[in-house]
Amino acid sequence: MKERQLVIVGGGPAGMAAALAARGAGVSDVLLLERDQHLGGILNQCIHPGFGLHHFKEELTGPEYADRFAARVRGDAGIEVSLRSFAVRLTPDRRVSFLRPGALEEVKAGAVILATGCRERTREMIPIPGSRPAGVYPAGLAQKMVNMEGWIPGREAVVVGSGDIGLIMARRMALEGVKVKAVIEIQKTSRGLVRNVVQCLEDFGIPLYLGHKVARITGRDRVEGVDVVKVDERFAEVPGSAFSLACDTVLVSVGLIPENELLEMAGGEIDRRTNAPVAPEVNLTSVPGVFACGNACKVYDLADWVTRDSELAGRLAAEYLGVSPA
Amino acid sequence: MVRDVIIVGAGVTGAAIARELSRYRLSVLLLEKEAEPAFGVSKSNSGIIHAGTQNPPSSLKGWLCVEGNRLLREELAWDLGLDFARCGQLIVVFDAADLPELEKIKREGEALGVKDLQIVDRRWLDAREPNLGPEVKAALYVPSAGIISPYRFVYALVENAVKNGVQLRTSSRVTAVSRSEEGFEVTAGGQVWRSRWLVNAAGLYADEVSALAGAPTFTISPRKGEEYLLDKKREHLANHIIFPLPSATSKGVLIIKTSDGNPMIGPTAHDTPDKEDLSTTDEGLAEVLAGARRMMPSVDRSDIIAYFAGLRPASGKDFIIRHEDSVPGLVNAAGIQSPGLTSAPAIAVMVADILKKRGLELVPKAEFHRLRPRPVHLFQIPLEETRRLIEKDPAYGDIVCRCELVSAQEVRDAVKHGARTLDGVKFRTRAQAGRCHGGFCTTRIMKIMQEELGLRVTDITKRGPGSELIKEERK
Ligand SMILES: Cc1cc2nc3c(=O)[nH]c(=O)nc-3n(C[C@H](O)[C@H](O)[C@H](O)COP(=O)(O)OP(=O)(O)OC[C@H]3O[C@@H](n4cnc5c(N)ncnc54)[C@H](O)[C@@H]3O)c2cc1C
Ligand SMILES: Cc1cc2nc3c(=O)[nH]c(=O)nc-3n(C[C@H](O)[C@H](O)[C@H](O)COP(=O)(O)OP(=O)(O)OC[C@H]3O[C@@H](n4cnc5c(N)ncnc54)[C@H](O)[C@@H]3O)c2cc1C
Repeated sequence: MKERQLVIVGGGPAGMAAALAARGAGVSDVLLLERDQHLGGILNQCIHPGFGLHHFKEELTGPEYADRFAARVRGDAGIEVSLRSFAVRLTPDRRVSFLRPGALEEVKAGAVILATGCRERTREMIPIPGSRPAGVYPAGLAQKMVNMEGWIPGREAVVVGSGDIGLIMARRMALEGVKVKAVIEIQKTSRGLVRNVVQCLEDFGIPLYLGHKVARITGRDRVEGVDVVKVDERFAEVPGSAFSLACDTVLVSVGLIPENELLEMAGGEIDRRTNAPVAPEVNLTSVPGVFACGNACKVYDLADWVTRDSELAGRLAAEYLGVSPA
Repeated sequence: MVRDVIIVGAGVTGAAIARELSRYRLSVLLLEKEAEPAFGVSKSNSGIIHAGTQNPPSSLKGWLCVEGNRLLREELAWDLGLDFARCGQLIVVFDAADLPELEKIKREGEALGVKDLQIVDRRWLDAREPNLGPEVKAALYVPSAGIISPYRFVYALVENAVKNGVQLRTSSRVTAVSRSEEGFEVTAGGQVWRSRWLVNAAGLYADEVSALAGAPTFTISPRKGEEYLLDKKREHLANHIIFPLPSATSKGVLIIKTSDGNPMIGPTAHDTPDKEDLSTTDEGLAEVLAGARRMMPSVDRSDIIAYFAGLRPASGKDFIIRHEDSVPGLVNAAGIQSPGLTSAPAIAVMVADILKKRGLELVPKAEFHRLRPRPVHLFQIPLEETRRLIEKDPAYGDIVCRCELVSAQEVRDAVKHGARTLDGVKFRTRAQAGRCHGGFCTTRIMKIMQEELGLRVTDITKRGPGSELIKEERK
């Protein structure tokens, strides 16, 4: 079995920042595994501006922000990038198995950094009752369809949840000519940034229903509408407050969950509620020599903070490996 | 051309009948209204291969269940490469006063021919089911019960039937049936098909199809069951299928092992007038959670990753499997409520027998392909075996669905074997069936379907016409 000094799983902003920082801290041999065909992670589909204000002091789109790191990663001879490579197994003694077209490979790593990002919470997890027709999408999936593929999922949409992804997708759909009927938020305040509420909803005349929930999805084959109802402080339905909205699309944006299945396989402790690693400090896990950074470690709102904290993960791995800058 | 037999409905009943008849020198046509087989009741159920207990000793469904279980265990699971796991079942009681009820179930089961039934005490249970709650006092252990993937069961039956010469027509709803000199003229999917014999296995719509053919002799009343799937991380929640003592109308809320690893809790049992009502409800969820938690208190709402509802096509208390004397040539296999999945292989033999007694000649084929190759599922095999597959076929290393470990090659295989919809790919491969619900893999699967089937993206559906996923493509 091949030995590698540092293996990083995930080539989003977290994995890239960790790789570059580890190199700067003296690690000479980094293997960066990315399941997709490109580096950049979720940023590839975030074509809106708003990235880099802190890290670069200028406003970039997601792909622009990612490209700055990807260019440096590719230019660094000490980092081997393996694309279309999916890590399937991690053992407590840091053996990593990964699949790629044509091969199953196993390497023994001196240290491992997990930068596998998040998955979206789904309609099933809230859960929203009703039928299960086509046209119900996690907002991030819809973002990928629209921004990466040019596929417009519907004509009339309702967005469930007012986090930043939901707000940004409400605007994105409106820009594509989709009628966005409402954003429905069960809490009394929006979960997203104020600037997003203003720029994504108010500027587009999209109503935001705070303290409301979607009680039911209707439609047999394709979504036909949603039933919306007001809720009180204890989230109980307020009698007589229900109304229906006709739509063919429901975008669900109700939070993110760190992806830590590999850490779990290696026996790492995971918080059952948040799915984040249990550890005394950011970037650590309960398995020696295994670190986690970016959205796999905790859910970040801003990619800039992912970069900052993930650089620390790279330095922690170098320290664990006992190397120092050349 | 006049066929020997037309079968209406490619659920488990129709599929099993088709496969049984494909042993003989007959021309058989299987008509299905949906875009793919198994999109009716047969896709949304508990997937349990029942042992035969909890059926009245003199009932048709009782002995068909026992016989279906035997056929699956001894022949079909192997022949068709099915994942049949004989995990056994426990019927638990919360009150020692209910022990006589368990004894009664045991006696009735034994009368039907169910083997090795045993009443077990709390100590026996503690050693084998550590997650049972304190309220459980004793149980009836039913070792011959097991689990299967219901849709993969149907796909296997249909594939093998087609391999043996049965013709399958999907998107072909039977809208009219008339009598002719030779037998029947069946209008479906804009075409007229002729046959000497007509077998009706139309599930929820069997009453309507029977009426179309001239025998309005029964009605189907749907009874809804909601089911909730738990995360694979809870795979070892239970080691058996756990039942409470049944009530008059339902077997109660169960904790079910599934052949994909995710435990499931459910089903409810409520009559509904609407044959299309597959909605789930807040009340259903509360009922299922309460029922499951009474048996295993560690079941948590946050474990739920998916849910669905199915409708039992009930007509009275028993199955209706008979030749309709008022319409010579028409055989109904209707009212196939639970345990219809289990009974299907036995129902098929019974239907073939009825046809034979009525005059259809059953001449065995010289060459009947009994075996069906087992499809590859990476999630079921050790990594070493995966390595060998990838070396032969690189696309097995190209992972599409990361939650369930499904490769591009498996998705392509599914399409080659007949998947035409996103749900069809999901049921065959499990891609999109995991915790992220297709968040990561849906676009990739859609692109593979485009390549394999030459479709525009706007033509791809979730489960057939009307369920298109994308309204417009802009480049
Ligand atoms: C839908 C969405 C929209 C967002 N919009 C914004 C925004 O507008 N502005 C903003 O500042 N922030 C936004 N964020 C947050 C920000 O983009 C993230 O915080 C940041 O991308 C997280 O970086 P990461 O590297 O941790 O994860 P990701 O970018 O998700 O990268 C993880 C990478 O790991 C790979 N991977 C996962 N598992 C494996 C495995 N087993 N083997 C190999 N590779 C694997 C994935 O393919 C992926 O490329 C958004 C996040 C999401 C999910
Ligand atoms: C919640 C629930 C749990 C269950 N659990 C179990 C269990 O654990 N074990 C067990 O053994 N059984 C179980 N059952 C019962 C089992 O699912 C059914 O008995 C079985 O699936 C019935 O199969 P079928 O082929 O008769 O009906 P279906 O699967 O509905 O097949 C009928 C087919 O006919 C087609 N069709 C209808 N009308 C027409 C037409 N006019 N033209 C052409 N095609 C038509 C339909 O589209 C459908 O595909 C359960 C049922 C439910 C609802």
